[in-house]
Amino acid sequence: MRMLAVEADRVWKYFGDYPALRGANLAVEPGACLALLGRNGAGKTTFLRILANLSRPTKGDVRIFGDASRGAEARRKVGYLGHGIGVYDDLSAIENLILFGELAGVAEPRRAAVEALERVGLERVKDGMAREFSRGMRQRLAVARAFLHRPEILLLDEPFTSLDDKAIAVLQSLLQDALAGGATIVMSTHQIREAMELATHVALLERGLIVHTGLRAPEMLNDPGWLYRTYGAQA
Amino acid sequence: MNGLQAAWAIARKDLRTELRTKESINAAASFALVILVLFSFAFDLGREELYAISGGLLWLVYSFAGALIVNRGFAREVPNDCLDVLLASPAPAWALFLGKAVSAFFLLVIVEAISLPVFGLFYNIRWTQNLGSLVLVILLATWGITVVGTAFSAVTVNVRLRELMLPVLLYPVLIPLLIGAMGTTTALFGGETLAGENASPLRLLIGFDAIYTALAVYLIEFVLIV
Repeated sequence: MRMLAVEADRVWKYFGDYPALRGANLAVEPGACLALLGRNGAGKTTFLRILANLSRPTKGDVRIFGDASRGAEARRKVGYLGHGIGVYDDLSAIENLILFGELAGVAEPRRAAVEALERVGLERVKDGMAREFSRGMRQRLAVARAFLHRPEILLLDEPFTSLDDKAIAVLQSLLQDALAGGATIVMSTHQIREAMELATHVALLERGLIVHTGLRAPEMLNDPGWLYRTYGAQA
Repeated sequence: MNGLQAAWAIARKDLRTELRTKESINAAASFALVILVLFSFAFDLGREELYAISGGLLWLVYSFAGALIVNRGFAREVPNDCLDVLLASPAPAWALFLGKAVSAFFLLVIVEAISLPVFGLFYNIRWTQNLGSLVLVILLATWGITVVGTAFSAVTVNVRLRELMLPVLLYPVLIPLLIGAMGTTTALFGGETLAGENASPLRLLIGFDAIYTALAVYLIEFVLIV
Protein backbone atom coordinates (compact mmCIF):
# COMPACT_ATOMS: atom_id res chain seq x y z
CA MET A 1 0.00 0.00 0.00
CA ARG A 2 1.33 3.44 -0.97
CA MET A 3 2.08 5.71 1.97
CA LEU A 4 -0.03 8.85 2.17
CA ALA A 5 1.72 12.21 2.15
CA VAL A 6 -0.74 13.79 4.56
CA GLU A 7 -3.21 11.88 6.69
CA ALA A 8 -5.62 13.41 9.19
CA ASP A 9 -7.69 11.00 11.19
CA ARG A 10 -10.81 12.30 13.00
CA VAL A 11 -9.24 15.60 13.97
CA TRP A 12 -11.17 17.68 16.50
CA LYS A 13 -10.21 21.12 17.71
CA TYR A 14 -12.05 23.03 20.39
CA PHE A 15 -11.57 26.70 21.20
CA GLY A 16 -13.26 26.83 24.59
CA ASP A 17 -16.59 25.13 23.99
CA TYR A 18 -16.60 25.88 20.27
CA PRO A 19 -15.61 22.99 18.00
CA ALA A 20 -13.66 24.55 15.13
CA LEU A 21 -13.00 21.07 13.73
CA ARG A 22 -15.41 18.18 14.24
CA GLY A 23 -13.66 14.96 13.31
CA ALA A 24 -12.11 16.09 10.03
CA ASN A 25 -10.56 13.32 7.93
CA LEU A 26 -8.19 13.89 5.06
CA ALA A 27 -5.92 11.68 2.99
CA VAL A 28 -3.60 13.24 0.42
CA GLU A 29 -1.61 11.11 -2.00
CA PRO A 30 2.01 12.03 -2.73
CA GLY A 31 2.26 14.35 -5.70
CA ALA A 32 -1.30 15.63 -5.40
CA CYS A 33 -2.28 19.27 -5.21
CA LEU A 34 -5.29 19.56 -2.97
CA ALA A 35 -7.32 22.74 -2.76
CA LEU A 36 -8.97 22.96 0.64
CA LEU A 37 -12.11 25.01 0.07
CA GLY A 38 -14.70 26.35 2.44
CA ARG A 39 -16.46 29.49 3.52
CA ASN A 40 -15.10 31.89 6.13
CA GLY A 41 -15.03 30.22 9.55
CA ALA A 42 -15.24 26.72 8.10
CA GLY A 43 -11.99 25.75 9.86
CA LYS A 44 -9.50 25.83 6.96
CA THR A 45 -6.80 27.81 8.77
CA THR A 46 -7.24 25.78 11.96
CA PHE A 47 -6.91 22.57 9.97
CA LEU A 48 -3.79 23.75 8.12
CA ARG A 49 -2.20 24.95 11.37
CA ILE A 50 -2.73 21.50 12.84
CA LEU A 51 -1.21 19.86 9.75
CA ALA A 52 1.78 22.22 10.09
CA ASN A 53 2.25 21.43 13.80
CA LEU A 54 1.37 24.97 14.83
CA SER A 55 -1.64 23.86 16.80
CA ARG A 56 -2.39 20.70 18.74
CA PRO A 57 -5.58 18.79 17.87
CA THR A 58 -7.92 18.27 20.82
CA LYS A 59 -8.55 14.77 19.50
CA GLY A 60 -7.35 12.87 16.48
CA ASP A 61 -4.11 12.22 14.74
CA VAL A 62 -2.08 13.80 11.92
CA ARG A 63 0.67 11.98 10.03
CA ILE A 64 3.13 13.22 7.45
CA PHE A 65 4.44 10.36 5.30
CA GLY A 66 3.51 8.03 8.14
CA ASP A 67 5.34 10.01 10.85
CA ALA A 68 3.60 11.99 13.58
CA SER A 69 3.41 15.61 12.39
CA ARG A 70 5.07 16.76 15.62
CA GLY A 71 8.31 14.92 14.86
CA ALA A 72 11.35 16.68 13.43
CA GLU A 73 11.45 14.25 10.49
CA ALA A 74 7.90 15.17 9.48
CA ARG A 75 8.52 18.91 9.88
CA ARG A 76 11.67 18.69 7.77
CA LYS A 77 9.45 17.59 4.86
CA VAL A 78 6.99 20.46 5.26
CA GLY A 79 7.10 24.02 3.96
CA TYR A 80 4.51 26.40 5.39
CA LEU A 81 3.24 29.69 4.05
CA GLY A 82 0.67 31.27 6.34
CA HIS A 83 -1.13 34.58 6.56
CA GLY A 84 1.95 36.41 7.88
CA ILE A 85 5.05 36.62 5.71
CA GLY A 86 7.21 35.00 8.39
CA VAL A 87 10.40 37.00 7.83
CA TYR A 88 12.26 39.37 10.13
CA ASP A 89 12.10 43.06 9.25
CA ASP A 90 15.48 43.79 10.87
CA LEU A 91 17.38 41.13 8.97
CA SER A 92 18.43 41.37 5.35
CA ALA A 93 16.79 39.13 2.77
CA ILE A 94 19.77 36.80 2.70
CA GLU A 95 20.15 36.76 6.49
CA ASN A 96 16.50 35.74 6.77
CA LEU A 97 16.89 32.89 4.34
CA ILE A 98 20.20 31.68 5.80
CA LEU A 99 18.57 31.53 9.23
CA PHE A 100 15.60 29.52 8.01
CA GLY A 101 17.91 27.35 5.90
CA GLU A 102 19.99 26.55 8.98
CA LEU A 103 16.89 25.72 11.00
CA ALA A 104 15.58 23.49 8.22
CA GLY A 105 18.87 21.60 8.10
CA VAL A 106 19.82 22.74 4.58
CA ALA A 107 23.39 21.56 3.85
CA GLU A 108 24.66 24.84 2.38
CA PRO A 109 22.30 27.53 3.68
CA ARG A 110 24.03 30.48 1.98
CA ARG A 111 24.02 28.86 -1.43
CA ALA A 112 20.42 27.73 -1.01
CA ALA A 113 19.47 31.26 0.07
CA VAL A 114 21.12 32.85 -2.98
CA GLU A 115 19.41 30.36 -5.30
CA ALA A 116 16.04 30.97 -3.63
CA LEU A 117 16.45 34.73 -4.01
CA GLU A 118 17.28 34.27 -7.69
CA ARG A 119 14.14 32.18 -8.16
CA VAL A 120 11.94 34.98 -6.83
CA GLY A 121 13.87 37.82 -8.51
CA LEU A 122 15.34 39.37 -5.35
CA GLU A 123 19.02 38.54 -5.87
CA ARG A 124 19.93 42.19 -6.51
CA VAL A 125 18.55 43.31 -3.16
CA LYS A 126 19.78 40.35 -1.12
CA ASP A 127 21.57 42.59 1.39
CA GLY A 128 18.62 44.96 1.80
CA MET A 129 16.67 44.90 5.05
CA ALA A 130 13.27 43.24 4.73
CA ARG A 131 11.64 46.30 6.33
CA GLU A 132 12.85 48.44 3.39
CA PHE A 133 11.17 46.17 0.82
CA SER A 134 7.90 46.95 -0.91
CA ARG A 135 4.91 44.77 -0.03
CA GLY A 136 5.34 42.72 -3.20
CA MET A 137 9.05 42.13 -2.53
CA ARG A 138 8.31 41.04 1.03
CA GLN A 139 5.74 38.59 -0.27
CA ARG A 140 8.24 37.15 -2.72
CA LEU A 141 10.76 36.84 0.10
CA ALA A 142 8.14 34.90 2.07
CA VAL A 143 7.60 32.60 -0.90
CA ALA A 144 11.37 32.08 -1.19
CA ARG A 145 11.48 31.22 2.50
CA ALA A 146 8.72 28.62 2.20
CA PHE A 147 10.41 26.90 -0.77
CA LEU A 148 13.98 27.27 0.53
CA HIS A 149 14.54 23.71 1.74
CA ARG A 150 12.65 22.18 -1.22
CA PRO A 151 9.97 20.62 0.98
CA GLU A 152 8.15 17.47 -0.06
CA ILE A 153 4.88 18.89 1.26
CA LEU A 154 3.75 22.49 0.97
CA LEU A 155 1.02 23.74 3.29
CA LEU A 156 -0.26 27.05 2.01
CA ASP A 157 -2.90 29.14 3.75
CA GLU A 158 -4.56 31.53 1.31
CA PRO A 159 -1.34 31.77 -0.71
CA PHE A 160 -2.69 34.10 -3.41
CA THR A 161 -4.45 36.53 -1.10
CA SER A 162 -3.09 40.07 -1.34
CA LEU A 163 -0.19 39.05 -3.59
CA ASP A 164 0.71 41.42 -6.38
CA ASP A 165 0.75 40.19 -9.99
CA LYS A 166 4.47 39.43 -10.00
CA ALA A 167 4.29 37.52 -6.73
CA ILE A 168 1.31 35.49 -8.02
CA ALA A 169 3.28 34.61 -11.17
CA VAL A 170 6.35 33.66 -9.11
CA LEU A 171 4.29 31.56 -6.73
CA GLN A 172 2.40 29.76 -9.50
CA SER A 173 5.65 29.01 -11.29
CA LEU A 174 7.26 27.66 -8.10
CA LEU A 175 4.19 25.57 -7.32
CA GLN A 176 4.15 24.11 -10.84
CA ASP A 177 7.87 23.28 -10.55
CA ALA A 178 7.29 21.72 -7.13
CA LEU A 179 4.44 19.59 -8.49
CA ALA A 180 6.54 18.53 -11.45
CA GLY A 181 9.24 17.51 -8.97
CA GLY A 182 6.79 15.28 -7.10
CA ALA A 183 5.92 17.58 -4.19
CA THR A 184 2.52 17.44 -2.51
CA ILE A 185 0.55 20.64 -2.00
CA VAL A 186 -2.32 21.38 0.35
CA MET A 187 -3.65 24.91 0.02
CA SER A 188 -6.62 26.62 1.51
CA THR A 189 -8.06 29.34 -0.63
CA HIS A 190 -11.02 31.50 -1.49
CA GLN A 191 -9.53 32.30 -4.89
CA ILE A 192 -10.92 29.28 -6.63
CA ARG A 193 -9.93 30.22 -10.18
CA GLU A 194 -6.19 30.48 -9.36
CA ALA A 195 -6.33 27.36 -7.22
CA MET A 196 -8.14 25.29 -9.84
CA GLU A 197 -5.38 25.91 -12.36
CA LEU A 198 -3.06 23.90 -10.11
CA ALA A 199 -5.35 21.62 -8.12
CA THR A 200 -5.62 17.94 -8.91
CA HIS A 201 -7.92 17.28 -5.96
CA VAL A 202 -10.36 19.30 -3.88
CA ALA A 203 -11.72 19.00 -0.36
CA LEU A 204 -14.68 20.96 0.93
CA LEU A 205 -14.67 21.88 4.61
CA GLU A 206 -17.92 22.98 6.21
CA ARG A 207 -18.35 23.80 9.89
CA GLY A 208 -15.29 21.82 10.87
CA LEU A 209 -16.09 18.75 8.83
CA ILE A 210 -14.69 17.59 5.47
CA VAL A 211 -17.91 16.99 3.53
CA HIS A 212 -16.33 16.12 0.19
CA THR A 213 -12.94 15.05 -1.16
CA GLY A 214 -12.20 13.98 -4.68
CA LEU A 215 -10.62 14.79 -7.98
CA ARG A 216 -11.06 18.28 -9.30
CA ALA A 217 -14.07 18.18 -11.58
CA PRO A 218 -13.83 19.97 -14.96
CA GLU A 219 -16.90 22.02 -13.99
CA MET A 220 -14.89 23.79 -11.27
CA LEU A 221 -12.59 25.49 -13.76
CA ASN A 222 -15.30 27.77 -15.11
CA ASP A 223 -17.81 27.70 -12.28
CA PRO A 224 -16.33 28.49 -8.85
CA GLY A 225 -19.67 27.90 -7.11
CA TRP A 226 -20.24 24.44 -8.57
CA LEU A 227 -18.58 22.57 -5.69
CA TYR A 228 -20.60 24.40 -3.04
CA ARG A 229 -23.85 23.86 -4.91
CA THR A 230 -23.14 20.18 -5.49
CA TYR A 231 -21.62 19.08 -2.19
CA GLY A 232 -22.21 21.92 0.28
CA ALA A 233 -24.75 22.00 3.07
CA GLN A 234 -27.32 23.64 0.78
CA ALA A 235 -26.83 20.98 -1.92
CA MET B 1 21.32 20.72 12.46
CA ASN B 2 20.86 19.47 16.00
CA GLY B 3 18.90 21.24 18.73
CA LEU B 4 21.89 23.05 20.23
CA GLN B 5 22.98 24.37 16.84
CA ALA B 6 19.41 25.55 16.22
CA ALA B 7 19.42 27.25 19.63
CA TRP B 8 22.64 29.05 18.77
CA ALA B 9 21.20 30.14 15.39
CA ILE B 10 18.17 31.61 17.20
CA ALA B 11 20.40 33.32 19.79
CA ARG B 12 22.59 34.83 17.05
CA LYS B 13 19.51 36.07 15.23
CA ASP B 14 18.07 37.67 18.37
CA LEU B 15 21.38 39.31 19.28
CA ARG B 16 21.87 40.59 15.73
CA THR B 17 18.39 42.15 15.56
CA GLU B 18 18.73 43.58 19.08
CA LEU B 19 22.12 45.12 18.34
CA ARG B 20 20.58 46.73 15.25
CA THR B 21 17.44 48.06 16.88
CA LYS B 22 18.75 48.37 20.48
CA GLU B 23 15.13 48.21 21.60
CA SER B 24 15.46 46.38 24.89
CA ILE B 25 19.11 46.98 25.75
CA ASN B 26 18.72 50.76 25.60
CA ALA B 27 15.59 50.63 27.72
CA ALA B 28 17.10 48.22 30.27
CA ALA B 29 20.46 50.02 30.57
CA SER B 30 18.84 53.45 30.88
CA PHE B 31 16.39 52.13 33.44
CA ALA B 32 19.14 50.50 35.52
CA LEU B 33 21.31 53.62 35.51
CA VAL B 34 18.45 56.00 36.32
CA ILE B 35 17.24 53.86 39.23
CA LEU B 36 20.75 53.53 40.66
CA VAL B 37 21.32 57.28 40.46
CA LEU B 38 17.89 58.12 41.90
CA PHE B 39 18.31 55.71 44.82
CA SER B 40 21.70 57.25 45.60
CA PHE B 41 19.97 60.61 46.11
CA ALA B 42 16.91 59.17 47.84
CA PHE B 43 18.64 57.60 50.85
CA ASP B 44 21.16 59.10 53.22
CA LEU B 45 22.70 55.97 54.67
CA GLY B 46 25.75 55.31 56.77
CA ARG B 47 28.46 52.99 55.54
CA GLU B 48 27.22 49.96 57.52
CA GLU B 49 23.61 50.42 56.40
CA LEU B 50 24.70 50.93 52.83
CA TYR B 51 26.62 47.64 52.80
CA ALA B 52 23.63 45.91 54.39
CA ILE B 53 21.29 46.87 51.57
CA SER B 54 23.81 46.87 48.69
CA GLY B 55 23.08 43.35 47.43
CA GLY B 56 19.33 43.87 47.63
CA LEU B 57 19.49 47.17 45.81
CA LEU B 58 21.68 45.78 43.04
CA TRP B 59 19.48 42.73 42.41
CA LEU B 60 16.26 44.75 42.43
CA VAL B 61 17.71 46.87 39.67
CA TYR B 62 19.02 43.83 37.76
CA SER B 63 15.74 41.96 38.02
CA PHE B 64 13.71 44.96 36.81
CA ALA B 65 16.12 45.47 33.92
CA GLY B 66 15.91 41.74 33.23
CA ALA B 67 12.11 41.92 32.92
CA LEU B 68 12.48 44.61 30.26
CA ILE B 69 14.83 42.38 28.28
CA VAL B 70 12.97 39.08 28.54
CA ASN B 71 9.69 40.82 27.71
CA ARG B 72 10.96 41.24 24.15
CA GLY B 73 12.03 37.59 23.89
CA PHE B 74 9.00 36.01 22.27
CA ALA B 75 7.28 39.33 21.53
CA ARG B 76 9.97 39.80 18.88
CA GLU B 77 8.42 36.87 16.98
CA VAL B 78 4.91 38.32 16.84
CA PRO B 79 5.25 40.75 13.89
CA ASN B 80 4.87 38.93 10.56
CA ASP B 81 3.93 35.68 12.38
CA CYS B 82 7.58 34.63 12.63
CA LEU B 83 6.82 32.36 15.57
CA ASP B 84 4.69 30.17 13.28
CA VAL B 85 7.59 29.74 10.88
CA LEU B 86 9.98 28.84 13.69
CA LEU B 87 7.54 26.30 15.12
CA ALA B 88 6.91 24.78 11.70
CA SER B 89 10.66 24.31 11.19
CA PRO B 90 12.38 21.06 12.24
CA ALA B 91 14.08 22.91 15.13
CA PRO B 92 12.61 21.64 18.42
CA ALA B 93 10.64 24.07 20.58
CA TRP B 94 13.21 23.73 23.38
CA ALA B 95 15.92 24.95 21.00
CA LEU B 96 13.85 28.02 20.26
CA PHE B 97 13.44 28.62 23.98
CA LEU B 98 17.10 28.01 24.77
CA GLY B 99 18.24 30.35 21.99
CA LYS B 100 16.04 33.10 23.33
CA ALA B 101 17.21 32.54 26.91
CA VAL B 102 20.85 32.66 25.82
CA SER B 103 20.41 35.92 23.89
CA ALA B 104 18.52 37.49 26.83
CA PHE B 105 21.31 36.29 29.14
CA PHE B 106 23.99 38.01 27.06
CA LEU B 107 21.97 41.23 26.86
CA LEU B 108 21.33 41.32 30.60
CA VAL B 109 24.99 40.61 31.34
CA ILE B 110 25.90 43.62 29.15
CA VAL B 111 23.47 45.82 31.12
CA GLU B 112 24.89 44.50 34.39
CA ALA B 113 28.45 45.14 33.24
CA ILE B 114 27.54 48.74 32.40
CA SER B 115 25.67 49.43 35.62
CA LEU B 116 27.95 47.67 38.13
CA PRO B 117 30.75 50.30 37.98
CA VAL B 118 28.11 53.04 38.24
CA PHE B 119 26.71 51.30 41.31
CA GLY B 120 30.19 51.14 42.84
CA LEU B 121 30.81 54.79 42.09
CA PHE B 122 27.55 56.24 43.42
CA TYR B 123 27.35 54.05 46.52
CA ASN B 124 31.07 53.86 47.24
CA ILE B 125 30.96 50.06 47.31
CA ARG B 126 34.19 48.15 46.76
CA TRP B 127 32.72 45.70 44.27
CA THR B 128 36.04 44.57 42.81
CA GLN B 129 37.08 42.65 45.92
CA ASN B 130 36.14 38.96 45.40
CA LEU B 131 35.51 39.81 41.75
CA GLY B 132 35.64 36.18 40.59
CA SER B 133 33.04 35.10 43.14
CA LEU B 134 30.87 38.12 42.34
CA VAL B 135 30.97 37.31 38.63
CA LEU B 136 29.99 33.70 39.41
CA VAL B 137 27.00 34.83 41.49
CA ILE B 138 25.95 37.36 38.86
CA LEU B 139 26.14 34.79 36.04
CA LEU B 140 24.18 32.17 38.00
CA ALA B 141 21.44 34.56 39.09
CA THR B 142 21.26 36.19 35.66
CA TRP B 143 20.73 32.80 34.03
CA GLY B 144 17.92 32.12 36.51
CA ILE B 145 16.24 35.44 35.73
CA THR B 146 16.51 34.96 31.98
CA VAL B 147 15.42 31.32 31.93
CA VAL B 148 12.29 31.95 34.02
CA GLY B 149 11.64 35.26 32.27
CA THR B 150 11.93 33.72 28.81
CA ALA B 151 9.56 30.93 29.80
CA PHE B 152 6.97 33.46 31.00
CA SER B 153 7.62 35.54 27.90
CA ALA B 154 6.41 32.50 25.93
CA VAL B 155 3.37 32.13 28.20
CA THR B 156 2.38 35.79 27.73
CA VAL B 157 3.32 36.18 24.07
CA ASN B 158 -0.31 36.27 22.91
CA VAL B 159 -1.64 38.17 25.92
CA ARG B 160 -2.77 41.71 25.19
CA LEU B 161 -1.28 43.16 28.39
CA ARG B 162 1.90 41.11 28.29
CA GLU B 163 4.11 43.96 29.56
CA LEU B 164 1.97 43.97 32.71
CA MET B 165 1.46 40.23 33.00
CA LEU B 166 5.10 39.23 32.73
CA PRO B 167 6.33 40.93 35.95
CA VAL B 168 3.23 39.72 37.81
CA LEU B 169 4.10 36.13 36.91
CA LEU B 170 7.88 36.49 37.03
CA TYR B 171 8.76 38.05 40.37
CA PRO B 172 6.96 35.62 42.71
CA VAL B 173 8.84 32.75 41.08
CA LEU B 174 12.14 34.62 41.31
CA ILE B 175 11.88 35.21 45.08
CA PRO B 176 14.13 32.28 46.15
CA LEU B 177 16.69 33.17 43.50
CA LEU B 178 16.71 36.84 44.45
CA ILE B 179 17.01 36.04 48.17
CA GLY B 180 20.05 33.87 47.41
CA ALA B 181 21.64 36.38 45.06
CA MET B 182 21.00 39.36 47.35
CA GLY B 183 22.43 37.64 50.43
CA THR B 184 25.51 36.34 48.66
CA THR B 185 26.20 39.64 46.91
CA THR B 186 25.90 41.57 50.17
CA ALA B 187 28.34 39.16 51.80
CA LEU B 188 30.81 39.51 48.93
CA PHE B 189 30.62 43.31 49.05
CA GLY B 190 31.37 43.05 52.78
CA GLY B 191 34.59 41.20 52.06
CA GLU B 192 33.36 37.67 52.84
CA THR B 193 34.04 34.68 50.59
CA LEU B 194 31.74 32.01 49.17
CA ALA B 195 32.94 29.45 51.71
CA GLY B 196 31.02 28.40 54.84
CA GLU B 197 27.58 29.97 55.34
CA ASN B 198 27.70 31.72 51.99
CA ALA B 199 27.96 28.43 50.12
CA SER B 200 24.29 27.63 50.83
CA PRO B 201 22.83 30.52 48.81
CA LEU B 202 25.23 29.62 46.02
CA ARG B 203 23.91 26.06 46.01
CA LEU B 204 20.40 27.53 45.95
CA LEU B 205 21.27 29.49 42.80
CA ILE B 206 22.71 26.39 41.12
CA GLY B 207 19.68 24.31 42.10
CA PHE B 208 17.23 26.99 40.97
CA ASP B 209 18.94 27.29 37.60
CA ALA B 210 19.05 23.53 37.06
CA ILE B 211 15.42 22.94 38.05
CA TYR B 212 13.89 25.80 36.09
CA THR B 213 16.04 25.20 33.01
CA ALA B 214 14.99 21.54 32.95
CA LEU B 215 11.33 22.39 33.57
CA ALA B 216 11.24 25.08 30.89
CA VAL B 217 13.01 22.93 28.30
CA TYR B 218 10.59 20.07 28.97
CA LEU B 219 7.38 22.12 29.06
CA ILE B 220 7.97 24.82 26.45
CA GLU B 221 6.42 22.82 23.59
CA PHE B 222 3.15 22.59 25.52
CA VAL B 223 3.24 26.35 26.06
CA LEU B 224 3.97 27.30 22.46
CA ILE B 225 1.86 24.74 20.60
CA VAL B 226 -1.69 24.73 21.98
